[in-house]
Amino acid sequence: MVKTGMVDRLVLSFIYGTLILLSLSVLFPIFYVVAVSLTPFEEVLRNGGFIVVPRAITWEAYRIFLTNDRIPDAYQVTFIITVAGTLINLVLTALLAYPLSKPRLPGRKIFLLLIVFTMLFNGGIIPTYLIVKATGLLNTLWAMMIPNAVSAFNLLIMKTFYENLPESLDEAAKIDGAGEVRTLVQIVLPLSMPIMATIGLFYSVGHWNEFFQAIMYVSDTAKFPLQVVLRGILSRSQSVEELSLEETMPTESLQMAAVILTAVPIIVVYPFIQKHFTQGVLLGSIKG
Amino acid sequence: MGKAWTAAWKHRALYLMMLPGLAYFVTYKYGPMYGAIIAFKDYNVAQGMMGSAWADPWYKHFLYFYRSPYFSSLLWNTFLISLYKLVWGMLPGIALAIMLFEIGNRTFKRWVQTISYLPHFLSWVIVYGMVMAFLSESTGLINMWLQEWFGFKIGFLTSTDYFRSILVGTDLWKDLGWSAIIYLAAISGVSPALFEAATVDGAGRLRKIWHVTLPGIRNVIVLLLILRLGHMLDAGFDQIYIMYNIHVYPVADIIDTWVFRTGLEQFNFSMASAVGLFKSIIGFALVLAANRVAKLWGENIW
Repeated sequence: MVKTGMVDRLVLSFIYGTLILLSLSVLFPIFYVVAVSLTPFEEVLRNGGFIVVPRAITWEAYRIFLTNDRIPDAYQVTFIITVAGTLINLVLTALLAYPLSKPRLPGRKIFLLLIVFTMLFNGGIIPTYLIVKATGLLNTLWAMMIPNAVSAFNLLIMKTFYENLPESLDEAAKIDGAGEVRTLVQIVLPLSMPIMATIGLFYSVGHWNEFFQAIMYVSDTAKFPLQVVLRGILSRSQSVEELSLEETMPTESLQMAAVILTAVPIIVVYPFIQKHFTQGVLLGSIKG
Repeated sequence: MGKAWTAAWKHRALYLMMLPGLAYFVTYKYGPMYGAIIAFKDYNVAQGMMGSAWADPWYKHFLYFYRSPYFSSLLWNTFLISLYKLVWGMLPGIALAIMLFEIGNRTFKRWVQTISYLPHFLSWVIVYGMVMAFLSESTGLINMWLQEWFGFKIGFLTSTDYFRSILVGTDLWKDLGWSAIIYLAAISGVSPALFEAATVDGAGRLRKIWHVTLPGIRNVIVLLLILRLGHMLDAGFDQIYIMYNIHVYPVADIIDTWVFRTGLEQFNFSMASAVGLFKSIIGFALVLAANRVAKLWGENIW
């Protein structure tokens, strides 16, 4: 018995140790990137490179970016596609999920089958590009919102949620003489706020991190979202060098400041909404 | 017939609601499936999807791809990167879930969960920025240390020796915490009576993990494994496209990145569509097979 107790305590300390290391491995890179973004040029010269905790810091890199148009403009694009895109996602998903949750709807099975099929098979990225082009979305902000307007996966989660609402709601609404649209807007929607929040959050993180559709369909640099602009800043250092003409800031500091500017909204908002995401995964796993 | 129409007419409001969503699926999901016919044509921008002439023979682009040196290297890279990500994506996630379940301190547990889920929400571009901060050949922290202690540097990001490990490592960093959620939920579903019985029998933590926890979540593990096998051809376009460069094409170029470059950078639409269609068809077969196996497995258990 005593031996088991000892082993148990050892195992437990090993677990605590591993978990602390794991947490540090997430936090340290973020901390280091912040440190680099705050390191002035003379520090780099003095130490022969970047160190983890610089002795002097400067906010110059952030000042340069926020007074220059590039990042603020990209912020604007990303903000628009996040807000408008999520709105489009939610409206279309709900309008499709609600009717499909009614077993009485004629043809329901066929519609569902056609939607599930799109999860299993797709035409490929080139034909999709040609359709986006044919529908006139190339080089517009719509190109980052419409071609992925409804996620079949989220649609199925929402449909399951509607199916689990009590049948009596529907009947009560009928007796009151409410039509389908009024039932959805006035009775079902208020009840489905939790699921709308969860799914809306997943959609909006997707838009904030938008990259794929932007590089596929948008070539006008003025319409690049944040992630694409950041990628440009990271891969072509001369594009940043021209920003710090007086050599006040090392290129790397500017690059890391851009990383932090892109990540901050997520890092700040995330702890408050984490719970919804975790619920979302579990909802999805029940379905899948 | 008349009766079916009356029933449908009664639900016209519901059909009307579905219209925008269905229009979306028809245009942007089924449209491209039809558009995939250009894989069998010699696509020409002026003549368009319909007008372009059929390829001769119809499988010309497929044959060309099959005979090209890309065929084996793309398939191999895609398969290998997926396989590494599968192993390094699942095992650590399971281990983390077990560890989180074992600790009693709820506050500590919540902190670890909050911190470890965070990277999942950061984009690949941000992760790439972090990778540069550590591994860049000129100024990366690791290279600074290597230089100081051993007097040499390694160009990690341009090295065919290290690049795949970087892909797998960053994938692990990003999704480790997130992947544990589902296993943790499964462990919480294991009956507490089993743990109590094991304790009464004198089993320690390790024995309980081996004999109660792991068997308790075996089904979930197998199910997730099968489902991931179905997506073996999706090796992660965004991540690779953002991180790779011409030096590491031999080890990092996957089907999706090749299709992207061939189609949208070299404008060889038919060739790229053919390879894309090839991937879609194999992927479809894999997913169907995976679902079939998952169902069989499910029936064996319940």
